[in-house]
Amino acid sequence: MPLALEGSQALARTVALCRPQVVAAYPITPQTHIVENISRLVADGVFDCEFVSVESEFSAASVALGAAAAGSRAYTASASQGIMLMSEVLFNIAGLRVPMVMTCANRSVGGPLNIWNDQQDSMAVRDSGWIQLYCADNQEAIDTTIQAYRIAERTELPVMVCVDGFTLTHTLEPLELPSQEEVDAFLPPYAFSRSLDPAHPISIGTLVTPEHFSEVRHAHHTAMVKAIAEIEAADGDWQALSGRSGGALLESSGPADATVGVLTIGSIHGTLLEAMTEYPASEPVRLIKLRCFRPFPAAAIRAACAGLERLVVVERALSPGSGGIVGNEVRAALSTMEQPPRVENYAVGLGGRDVPLDLYPRLLEADGEVGGFSVFDVDVSRLAPEDQ
Amino acid sequence: MSETTVDIDIAALRRKQPRFRGIEAGHRACLGCGQALAARLMTEAAGPDVTLTNATGCLEVFTTPWPESAWRVPWMHSLFENSAAIAAGVEAAYKMQGRKTKVIAMGGDGSTFDIGFQALSGALERGHNMLYICYDNEAYMNTGIQRSSSTPHAATTTTSPAGKARMGKRHLKKDIITIIAAHHIPYAATTSVAYPSDVRKKVRRAMAIEGPTFLLIHAPCPLGWGHEGNLTIEVARLAVQTGLFPIIELERGQLANAMPIRDPRPVTDYLKVQNRFRHLFADDLRAKEELEHLQALADYNMETYDLRGEGPDAMDTEAADTVKRRGTRWA
Amino acid sequence: MLEIRIHGRGGQGNVVAAYLLATAAIGEGRYAQAFPAFGAERRGAPVVAFARIGNAPIHRRCQVLQPAFLIVQDRALLQVPGVLDGLKAGGGVLVNANTMPEEMDSGDTDVVTLPATALATEYLGRPVPNTALLAAFLSLTGMLPVTALTAALGERFKGKVLERNRALVETAASRVEPGRWQEVAHAASA
Repeated sequence: MPLALEGSQALARTVALCRPQVVAAYPITPQTHIVENISRLVADGVFDCEFVSVESEFSAASVALGAAAAGSRAYTASASQGIMLMSEVLFNIAGLRVPMVMTCANRSVGGPLNIWNDQQDSMAVRDSGWIQLYCADNQEAIDTTIQAYRIAERTELPVMVCVDGFTLTHTLEPLELPSQEEVDAFLPPYAFSRSLDPAHPISIGTLVTPEHFSEVRHAHHTAMVKAIAEIEAADGDWQALSGRSGGALLESSGPADATVGVLTIGSIHGTLLEAMTEYPASEPVRLIKLRCFRPFPAAAIRAACAGLERLVVVERALSPGSGGIVGNEVRAALSTMEQPPRVENYAVGLGGRDVPLDLYPRLLEADGEVGGFSVFDVDVSRLAPEDQ
Repeated sequence: MSETTVDIDIAALRRKQPRFRGIEAGHRACLGCGQALAARLMTEAAGPDVTLTNATGCLEVFTTPWPESAWRVPWMHSLFENSAAIAAGVEAAYKMQGRKTKVIAMGGDGSTFDIGFQALSGALERGHNMLYICYDNEAYMNTGIQRSSSTPHAATTTTSPAGKARMGKRHLKKDIITIIAAHHIPYAATTSVAYPSDVRKKVRRAMAIEGPTFLLIHAPCPLGWGHEGNLTIEVARLAVQTGLFPIIELERGQLANAMPIRDPRPVTDYLKVQNRFRHLFADDLRAKEELEHLQALADYNMETYDLRGEGPDAMDTEAADTVKRRGTRWA
Repeated sequence: MLEIRIHGRGGQGNVVAAYLLATAAIGEGRYAQAFPAFGAERRGAPVVAFARIGNAPIHRRCQVLQPAFLIVQDRALLQVPGVLDGLKAGGGVLVNANTMPEEMDSGDTDVVTLPATALATEYLGRPVPNTALLAAFLSLTGMLPVTALTAALGERFKGKVLERNRALVETAASRVEPGRWQEVAHAASA
């Protein structure tokens, strides 16, 4: 029987099942419940780890990096401004090829101050060299977190599990938690190949001159591209063990002969899925749920878009002055198709704005500018007159 | 094979053995680099069972041009401002792994007094079993001599230049050791590359303590301070002898020990040998005022830490082990 | 799928009420979802939480805009604009009040009152109305046995506190007309 758990609570218990030896924590909404619940598990003696309550997100990421470099499985979590503050460390962790897992409880980035959900934070560090997996629901978040450790440790790349803040982290729903035996079977004890060990002293984080730096970046990029196979394998193996997929690289649903597609990332998927039945008058579409954003699964996206004439990309972040971040990358990926669908691109649900069911018919009717981008549902009358 | 007996003088043998050096020769530090010397003294005292973390700075740059490394102990550099936090993470991991290896975090004054101060303060507060070592050369030397909060008052740097309107840095050197001591950590101390035995002794002392410890090592930068590379030790010694850099130990925030100064020297003896203070010797009323100000700062240290010796002492600034070049002293 | 909106004030256990309701439903083998209207509210400010209960997996993540039922933990909130918005025709409102609020004494909305604060103070020694209201709500709708709520409370409380809560649940459930909203609830769940 499934357990009734808040997303954060489920994630905390999942993290404990993965047995990280060091957890570095700093509070930030909407991530706080995760580390609170972990510290409760530690206090109750259920979870044996060094729980390091640091003085900033910068140090949270740094402590996790130090611990991982010392050969331990490490975990941290953050959101929004916290991701921004730790961004320098995030690039460093990935660049040093130190595996670890963190949760990003997705939230907007200020200013102006806004504590609610969108995905600007993780999107802002999409080029840090971390693997990024976006979860559509809390069950995916559980299964993805467990898979993330396996992916990280096999690729020596850090993995960021992106979970929509509040929308998922603060939602209670029925969830399946795997047993400790299942997780142990999937995540055997871990040994980092380049750990800080006086018996085999090495130097990590040396100065790399122009003579070698391009090669370092090439190696990192290649490792990211190759990680696609590990991400697929981890999901396949986990499915064999637990009976549940964490969402592969992406998943498609809807009629096979659909000519219209809607591609989303994160928790909007579920709302659109139900909206399809709520609005039977609207054309049934192929819903594409993108889980893996880094590495970018261009081939899988092209395959998922085969036969589509029109694709609406819906995302929860933007690059001001450019447009949708996911949208632009999807366009680039599709450009090599013989008959690519025309792509419309919207940002919705920014800063926690509710994404209602009727978004679905309105998106399909919007018929936005092909190749363009806009923030959906903007009411300019809410702006100051001089800004309208 | 016939039995032979060999008389072994263990003490003599030990003296002949090269010390274990965590940092090897052949790195790319400048001539007379105080930081390189301090790092060598530290690693000699710390031995092989340590893991080092290193903030961004000269030490990191000159010891690890990939694929080479001067380090014979595990060493990690991450960023400018997180040496203490990285060390804290390593320590937390070692604790869970049941390892006893001591973790030593290293940083310069820029990363310690300024940009990495928050991470350092947090690590000290959390009580990690680690030694933090700050190599204090009183400016951002790696980027080319910019003022830090450790730069002494009136020193000229590329961002606090002396000119018609300014007499170098307008602000005081941050009193970091007092701030560190306010964390009530078991042990915090200052030392100087002019006194190698003192450096080694304090590193060993800190290593033996379970909990957070801190060591501030005064380490001249010939390039940044404007003196010849062969004068590093002498300049460092003068900083101590004038009272401008007091050598002290603090236990749980309380002053426990200070190196007595035999025959305190006027601050001008120290200042005049460095180009960074050259403008203070111009025929300028403001320069004279600044010299008086710096003397007052030294006098304040003498009073605060009761530095004036009461006659010859085996551990005072004259008798304590110093580096002597060919048995002579320059100053 | 049945959708419920719970209005309260920061500190009244509004989110906990939604979580308890969903937990009770999940404990009975139903599908359910509960979440707050995420705000930055401090104690005393009006807050909202949502619960959905159904017989199939619930995927939507949007706020509940058209609830079949409202649970209002503070009668003064009835005067706050928007509290009654979207209530489905024939829906019910359960209000924490000793007497029928005048402003609710009309229209086709069925309003039921419960002196939940008084009951909570009597049984728990704390003026927290959420548990009593949930017990009354389950009794009114008949959608779950009240023992499901007691079981959900058992995940949060132990010993004497749980016993007191159990007694409160039984009393509060008996103070309203059992099954009064059963038809509406059944229709909405279908």
